[in-house]
Formats: sequence, C-alpha cells, structure tokens
Amino acid sequence: MQKITRDQLITKAVELLSNGTVSAVLGWQKGEFDYDITPAVFTTEEEIKNNFVYNDFCGANFSKYLVAKTKKLEGKILVFLKPCDTYSFNQLLTEHRFDREKVYAVAIGCEGMADVVKLKNKVDGIISIDYKDDAMYVDTLYDGTVKVDYADVLAERCINCKSKKCVAYDELMGEDGEVIDSARFDEVARLEAMTPDERFAFWQNELSRCIRCNACRDACPACTCEKCVFDNPNSGVENKAPANSFEEQMFHIIRAYHVAGRCTDCGECSRVCPQNIPLHLLNRKFIKDINECYGEYQAGAEVGSRAPLVDYTEGDLEPGEVFERGDNNA
Amino acid sequence: MQRIGVFVCWCGSNIAGTVDVKAVAEALKAEPGVVYSTDYQYMCSQAGQNLIIDAVKEHNLTGLVICSCSPRMHEATFRKTAAAAGLNPYMVEIANIREQCSWVHKEMPVGTEKAIILGKAAVAKVNLNTPLTPGESPVTKRALVIGGGIAGIQTALDIADAGFPVDIVETKPTIGGKMAQLDKTFPTLDCAACILTPKMVDVAQHEKIRIFSYSEVTDVKGFVGNFDVTIKKKARFVDETKCTGCGDCVDKCPMKKNPNEFNMGMDNRSAIYIPFAQAVPKVATIDAGACTMLKKGKCGLCSKVCGAGAIDYTQKDEFIEEKYGAIVVATGFNPISMDKFDEYAYNQSKDVITSLEFERLTNAAGPTQGKLLRPSDGKHPHKIVFVQCVGSRCAACAEKGKEYCSKICCMYTAKHAMLTRDKYPDTEVYVFYIDVRTPGKNFDEFYRRAVEEYGVNYIKGMVGKIVPEGDVLKVQASDLISNKQLHIDADLVVLAAAIEPDKSARPLATMLTASMDTNDFFTEAHPKLRPVESPTAGVFLSGACQGPKDIPETVSQAGAAASKVIGLLCKDKLTGNPCIASANEMMCNGCSSCERVCPYGAITYSDKEFRMPDRTTQIRRVASVNPAVCQGCGACTVACPSGAMDLRGFANNQIMAEVDAICK
Ligand SMILES: Cc1cc2nc3c(=O)[nH]c(=O)nc-3n(C[C@H](O)[C@H](O)[C@H](O)COP(=O)(O)OP(=O)(O)OC[C@H]3O[C@@H](n4cnc5c(N)ncnc54)[C@H](O)[C@@H]3O)c2cc1C
Ligand code: SF4
Ligand code: SF4
Ligand code: SF4
Ligand code: SF4
Repeated sequence: MQKITRDQLITKAVELLSNGTVSAVLGWQKGEFDYDITPAVFTTEEEIKNNFVYNDFCGANFSKYLVAKTKKLEGKILVFLKPCDTYSFNQLLTEHRFDREKVYAVAIGCEGMADVVKLKNKVDGIISIDYKDDAMYVDTLYDGTVKVDYADVLAERCINCKSKKCVAYDELMGEDGEVIDSARFDEVARLEAMTPDERFAFWQNELSRCIRCNACRDACPACTCEKCVFDNPNSGVENKAPANSFEEQMFHIIRAYHVAGRCTDCGECSRVCPQNIPLHLLNRKFIKDINECYGEYQAGAEVGSRAPLVDYTEGDLEPGEVFERGDNNA
Repeated sequence: MQRIGVFVCWCGSNIAGTVDVKAVAEALKAEPGVVYSTDYQYMCSQAGQNLIIDAVKEHNLTGLVICSCSPRMHEATFRKTAAAAGLNPYMVEIANIREQCSWVHKEMPVGTEKAIILGKAAVAKVNLNTPLTPGESPVTKRALVIGGGIAGIQTALDIADAGFPVDIVETKPTIGGKMAQLDKTFPTLDCAACILTPKMVDVAQHEKIRIFSYSEVTDVKGFVGNFDVTIKKKARFVDETKCTGCGDCVDKCPMKKNPNEFNMGMDNRSAIYIPFAQAVPKVATIDAGACTMLKKGKCGLCSKVCGAGAIDYTQKDEFIEEKYGAIVVATGFNPISMDKFDEYAYNQSKDVITSLEFERLTNAAGPTQGKLLRPSDGKHPHKIVFVQCVGSRCAACAEKGKEYCSKICCMYTAKHAMLTRDKYPDTEVYVFYIDVRTPGKNFDEFYRRAVEEYGVNYIKGMVGKIVPEGDVLKVQASDLISNKQLHIDADLVVLAAAIEPDKSARPLATMLTASMDTNDFFTEAHPKLRPVESPTAGVFLSGACQGPKDIPETVSQAGAAASKVIGLLCKDKLTGNPCIASANEMMCNGCSSCERVCPYGAITYSDKEFRMPDRTTQIRRVASVNPAVCQGCGACTVACPSGAMDLRGFANNQIMAEVDAICK
C-alpha cells in the first residue's frame, strides 16, 4: 500500500492549479475496472475531486506524456513521478525532448506497485478493491471478499527495484529513498549461462507470442522519435505486423538496440505487454553489458550525462575484446 | 532506371589468377540495371580508362561499377575517368575484388563466387547513387609544426622559405631536440652543433617563423585548411621580449643543485637556467619546482641582477588561439627507460650509461667538457663495453622492451667506438651485437672502418649480466661465433637503449584524430606511396615520430612534408568531400545523440517551426550539419535512433541494398 494517499495528491494538485503554478495536471483516473487505471489530464478542480485516483495500480510512467503535452499547453503542467519515473524524466531532458520550464514535477515516494496479472491469476471476477493497511481486500463475483497480501502481487520491476531515490523534482512528497543494490541482473545471468541453442529457444518461445500491438514501443519513454523507424517506409525496416518469426525477432532486436544506453529500466515495456513478454530482460542484458564493459552507468541518473555507447574515452574496450567476450558467452 | 556498366579488371594475374574475370563479367550482366559488362587486363591503364569512356558513350551509361583493387588505390582514378566521360564522378562504385577477394583466397571457384557477390553489392548500390557535388572551403595560409627537433626545424624552414608563415610549438625551453645533445654525427662525423646551430639561428631570424617554446598544443578543432588550435605557453617567469640571454641570473641563482636535463642529469643546473649556450630562443626559464621565490616567496635574486628587468614571478600560463591550414607533427623520440633492465645494473652503477649520456660525456659542452671520464670517480675508463639492441628487437620481452629495431643504434655505437679509439687509443673497446645493420649511404664503410682501422672488438652475442664489483663492472657475455662465455672487467658500459615515440604523442594523436600504430608511432597514409602524410587530411609527419630515423632520413622526410604542406597552402580553396551527413528535419528528434558522437563537432541545433496536421505550428529542436566541418565518418548516422541522419554517398538505403544483395 502507498504511504502517500489520494487525498494528499488531490490537495497538492488543487493547490497548484488554483494558485496558478500550473494550468493542467497529469494524473490517473479509473478505467473500466477498478484495477484498470488510465492516465488523464485534468484542468479543473472539479474534475480532480471527482475523478482523480491513486492506488497500487497507478504504475504508469508519466514522463513520456510530457513530450506531447508540453508542446500543446499554455503554462505549466503538473506531473507526479515515482522514483523510477524520475530517471526517465532526466533521460528525456538529456535528449531535449521537452521543455523543463513547462513542467512542475512532484516526486512521490513509492512502496512498489501491484501487478494486475498477478492479481488476476490469484482471484477471479474482481469487482472492486479496498486498499487496507495490512492487505488488499478484493470483492469478487464468485468468492466474496478475498484478502490478498501486497507482497504477493508486487510487480517484478518493483521486487527488483533499482532505486527509491528521486533524481528530479521541483517538490518532493513523502520520503526520498536510496539507490538499491537489487538482484535485477540475476535473471540475465541465468540466460547468459545457457547454451546459444537454449537461449534461442527461450526467446523464440517468448517472442513468438508477440502480436505487434506496439504497446511496448508506445509506452517506452525512450521511444519518442518524431517518426519511428517501424512506421517509416524509407527506413528499410518498416513493418507494422510481422510476416514471419524472423521479422518479429528483428523488431525486438532493433528496438533493444535503439534504447540501448538510453533505457532507464523503468519496466513500462514489460508492464504494458498484453502477452507478458519479459522485454525487460533484453534491456537489462544491454545495461549489464554496458556496466561490465564501460563501468557502471545508469541512464537518467543525471541530466546531460554522456552515455558510454555514444561517448569515446581512451580507456574504452577495443572492438576485439567485445568480440571475444561474445564468444566466451557462446 | 540506371544504365550501369560493369568493368572487371584482371590486375594482371593479381585478380585473374584466383578469379575467373570472364565469369564475373558474365554473371553481373544479369543484375538489374546492368546494360554492359566487360573485362580487361589493366582497367587503370590509359587503354583501360579509354575503354570505359568509350563504353559510357556507346551504351549511354549512367553509372559505373569497377571490379578492381581497393578504392583506396584507384577510386580517385576512376572518378576522374567518369568525369572525362561526362558522368558525375560519384556515379562510380568500386567492388574490391583484389584485397578483399583474390588476395585472400586460393581457389578459383571460391574467389569467383565472392567476386560476383561483391560485384552484385556494388551494382545494388549504384542503382541508388545520385550525382554529388563537393563544396569548397578556404585555406588558412599558415602552418603549424609541433616539435622543434631537426625534423621540425627543417620542415619549418622549407615552408617559410616558400613564403608561408609557420609557427613552431616546442615543449622544451629551446628548439633543437635530440640532435642538439649529440656530439659528432655519423656517417661523416661532423659536429652536430656545427651543422644544427646555424639552422636554429635561421629559424630564430626568419621573418615568417614564430617559435612558441616551452609551449604545448592543448586543443585542435576544425579540418584540413581550417584548423583552430589552442597553444598553451607555459609560464617561464621570464619575459621573453626583454630577456637578452646574458645569463647573469643563472650565475647568481643560489639553487644550483637541480639535475640538468640537457646533460641527462649528469651534472646540475640552477633553478633559473638556459639549457645550453646556443639555445633558441636564448631566454632563461625558471624551474618552478626548484625556485624558492616561487615556492616560498623567499629569494628574488635573479630579479635583482637582471639588468633587463625580465623576471616576472607572477607570470601565468597563457593560451593562444590560432588558425592553421596544415599541421606537421615532429614530436620525435626518446630512449626508453632502463629501469626494467636490472641485468645491466643501470640503476646500481653510475658507470653503466646510455648512449645518449655517452654523447654528453664526449661533448665539449657536456658535463666533462668533452673528456671521457667515468661518472662515478672521474677517471679515464680503459675498458669500455658497448651493448647494442638494449630493448630493441625484443619480441620475447615485450613488457620491457620493443619488438622493432631502433635502426640508429648500430651506427651510433660504431661512431662511439670509433671516436673513443681515435681519441684514446689506449682504451679497449668491445661491442656486443645481435647483427650489425648498416644499410645506408657510406654506412657499411663507416662500420668497417671501426673494425678494420680502429680495432674495435665486435663480438656477436648478448651480454647476460653486469655486476658492479669494487670499481669494475663484471660483464658476463656469450660469444656466439666461438661459442664461449666471456667475462670482461669493464670500466664503463654503454647501453644502446631502444627508442620510442615521445609520450605526449598519443594524446596529441587523439586531438588530431591522426592514427598511430601499436608502438605509438604515427602512421602514414600509405607506407610506400604517401609516407609523409597522416591519413587525416591536412596532418603531415616529419622525423622520428613516424618511426626510428637517423638525421639524413629525418631531414629528407622533413623536406618532403614541407613540400606537401606548400602544395596545400598554395591552393586558395579546397574542394571538400561531398559524402557528408545531413539530417532530415521532419524526422529529427533534436535528441543530441549525433552531436555527442560527432568527432569533428560538425553538428549544431536550432529551434524551427513546423506546421502540424491539425493546422497548429510546433517549435522543434533540430540538428544541422556544417558541411565544411563534416568529414563523412558516418558515426552520427548509426547513433541516430530515428534514422533522420543520413550520409550522402553512403546512405542507409544504399548500405541496406548492398547487404541485401550480398545475402540474397
Ligand atoms: C645516442 C644517439 C646518437 C645519435 N647519433 C646520430 C648520428 O650520429 N647521426 C644521425 O644521423 N643520427 C643520430 N641519432 C638520431 C637523431 O638523434 C635523430 O634522427 C633525430 O634527432 C630525429 O629528429 P626529430 O626532430 O625527429 O626528433 P627529436 O630530436 O626527438 O625532436 C623532437 C622535438 O619535439 C619536441 N616535442 C616532443 N613532443 C612534443 C609535443 N607534444 N609538443 C611540442 N614539442 C614536442 C621535443 O622536445 C623535441 O625537441 C642519434 C640518436 C641517439 C639517441
Ligand atoms: S525499454 Fe522498457 S524499461 Fe526501458 S525505458 Fe523503455 S519502457 Fe522503460
Ligand atoms: S507490447 Fe508485447 S505484444 Fe505488443 S509489440 Fe511489444 S512485445 Fe509485442
Ligand atoms: S558524418 Fe556525422 S559524425 Fe561524422 S563528421 Fe559528419 S556530422 Fe560528424
Ligand atoms: S540523432 Fe537523429 S534524431 Fe537525434 S538529433 Fe541527431 S539527427 Fe536528430
């Protein structure tokens, strides 16, 4: 359960809106179901009071929305950022994707968000959810009220949270945390230990489920190109729906390369994937390799940092060493 | 649709020996766009080129594929041919079927198959080629020479004599380099000072030459014809414009116990010093680490005695920015450190010295006024052992020495041995060698004289160990010819230390984006055909920074580099390379990825207005490439996530077409 409450956020939003600091608020509202939360832009106090929600399913990373919203709006927009979102926020600033002057950022401490899929695997027929201190109480169609521990539905990205530190904000609500020495690369290490055939089979199995809905790309704060290569007939790699398994793998490999060194490991891609493909493993492989080859680097930790893949230093690995390293893993 | 002609070259038997050229020409006829295909013995010859020109006219060709040697070899040639035939020169593609095919394969079928594939890729590319026109950029008519040894001096004089201004940047307080430290020089034994110092004076007096001594290059931007260079003039605490070089300060300075670098630390100098009598500029320099005035604010004697009022304890490093059209690297060499060669007891005994120290010991301006005396006790040595190849040709000991031959040691050791026997006939001289290498005009004659006329004992074999015992050096060595172990009690041992490039060369190369080999010698654009040019346009190489060299070779290379520079500075405008990058603004995110990777700083940003589909306008940050600065390296095109950045002549779609053609 989150320590910061819906009421606190509403008070903050209303305050900033009414004193003219911001002209719009980026927040959450209920979707079709109780667990199905969607991002929304609020411009009046009334809307906020009626529709603004905040609970353990408010996992969406808002930073990417700023790219489009700041271009359209007069005045500033208020954005609420979880610690992991603040990294994406910085990364977007590094890439000059929005105007910092047009944003009022409130960072909010985070206790870890819940994973809808995990919940749905536990209980059927969810009607509504009551968030109590000790657990969620889920009102269901078939089994009455079911008690679900928060820990049992905690999202993978939150179990392996890399940092509870907020690296960018105008204002902080709740407590700032620390960078965490998480176990997020353990699963990558397990894949690395496989034989190439095993690894191929693993990814074949995962990626063959992809339906090319493009949700991963659309949610990714690193994917903000004015014209994505997959939508561009001149790019040579344009494809909207894969014709065969090779193309569908190419999509993921190209995407992983495009975000390499820029992905902050926010976990949005895996969260939004309707097919539950563990896309974070591709990105974490890149992050792990970068850390090992060029020294620890966290995209978005600060604005303007020079990512190792687009920077040259005299101590850089020689291409031959990278090649040999690949071989050893094979 | 393109009308493409394919021309397959035999290169004598170079290609035709491993590639069935007729089969290649035949196979490529079937490729899309190809309307003519043929083969010929030497495509680059006049007859071959005429064949191409005729074919263009006869078949109305719009694009050419030449299957031949590396584009580095003849791309320029065939572009000229295309131009002569009335085509845009950039409608030519080379399929390298020599270096990348016939020379690396042995079997005809394999070579032929690969040649066909490479040809198909080139055809696929030409199908997408568009005519390109190069831009022009002006040339700054001034040259920079980095390093003021004999190489830098000669290059600067030659360029200046042709009428162009030249600046020399030298890290030391004086120009002259290693040659200024030498005594007599092989093969003619004229004294180094007698032939070098007049040149140094010429430099000092030349109205077109400026010397920045005690200075370093700290930043280089720009490109051929238009380099922007920052030079740091280190504070020497003496106003160069006032100092007359009288040396009164040097005499009065109480801090006299500082190792004298010029004499290889074999005697001392004052905290304020002039390296040697003929120094250019003849200006004093204060060694900030040794001067008590600068360290503690106490003393100030030099300032009191200086009649010219030149001493300035508050002087700061000064940064000068200047534009140059061409840069010559002449950073020279140094002997390697002997620290790792414990077997030769260099650090245990003062009487084990390097050859450069020996030069100072025999030099009339050296620590012993030219008398050959042992550094330990000042006595005449009666038995001297010279050891050649110390750290050179040392494949097995790469961690302490060098794999290459230092080239000059055989000759200067013969010189040292001969001069010793000439001046002190009562001295026994031994030279231990692996081989004696004397290929040079009058070089072998010189060495034979040392053996035959001067009775130097040349022994083929290496010294295993030197142990100082009392006042002798026990030398243990093997004589490979008589297959005996030798024990010699020597009074003095001289080590011919390997030479290596100056340590500042590597960071300098990075600044210049000039390439180096694994030993940190600068690489030339072509080892045979372009030996004094670096692969980076506008950067030239002079002297031992490019490889071990003696003075005659250094001076010839220095002159050659100068003539290349003059050739460049004579031009008013340079035609650029049209294969440069440009950003498609409609797709650019303004993300700065390209700007971060561009090694030439060619990319800048501006905010531009764009009309949106909903009739609104949007302001976006977009990249643009300065065509005069872009070198067409292509780094930005791969960094760009959206594919907005593309390289003319090597466009993403052209490269994909090549890959597709290869993978088909
Ligand atoms: C013991 C010995 C004896 C020799 N005897 C002979 C002989 O008898 N005959 C013969 O032909 N050759 C002889 N040589 C070889 C001769 O010394 C060289 O051929 C010659 O000095 C090479 O000249 P150079 O200008 O290339 O290099 P250098 O003489 O090394 O000059 C390089 C200059 O560049 C300066 N420099 C270095 N880095 C920088 C930088 N980053 N910025 C600015 N300035 C820089 C250095 O301070 C130096 O002044 C001898 C060499 C040795 C070691
Ligand atoms: S690739 Fe996935 S984890 Fe990385 S920034 Fe994009 S959405 Fe977040
Ligand atoms: S979100 Fe999942 S299913 Fe959709 S394109 Fe990405 S990986 Fe494929
Ligand atoms: S090709 Fe791109 S990276 Fe290379 S010099 Fe030109 S602008 Fe810079
Ligand atoms: S990398 Fe591409 S998208 Fe980014 S600024 Fe450069 S051209 Fe624009």
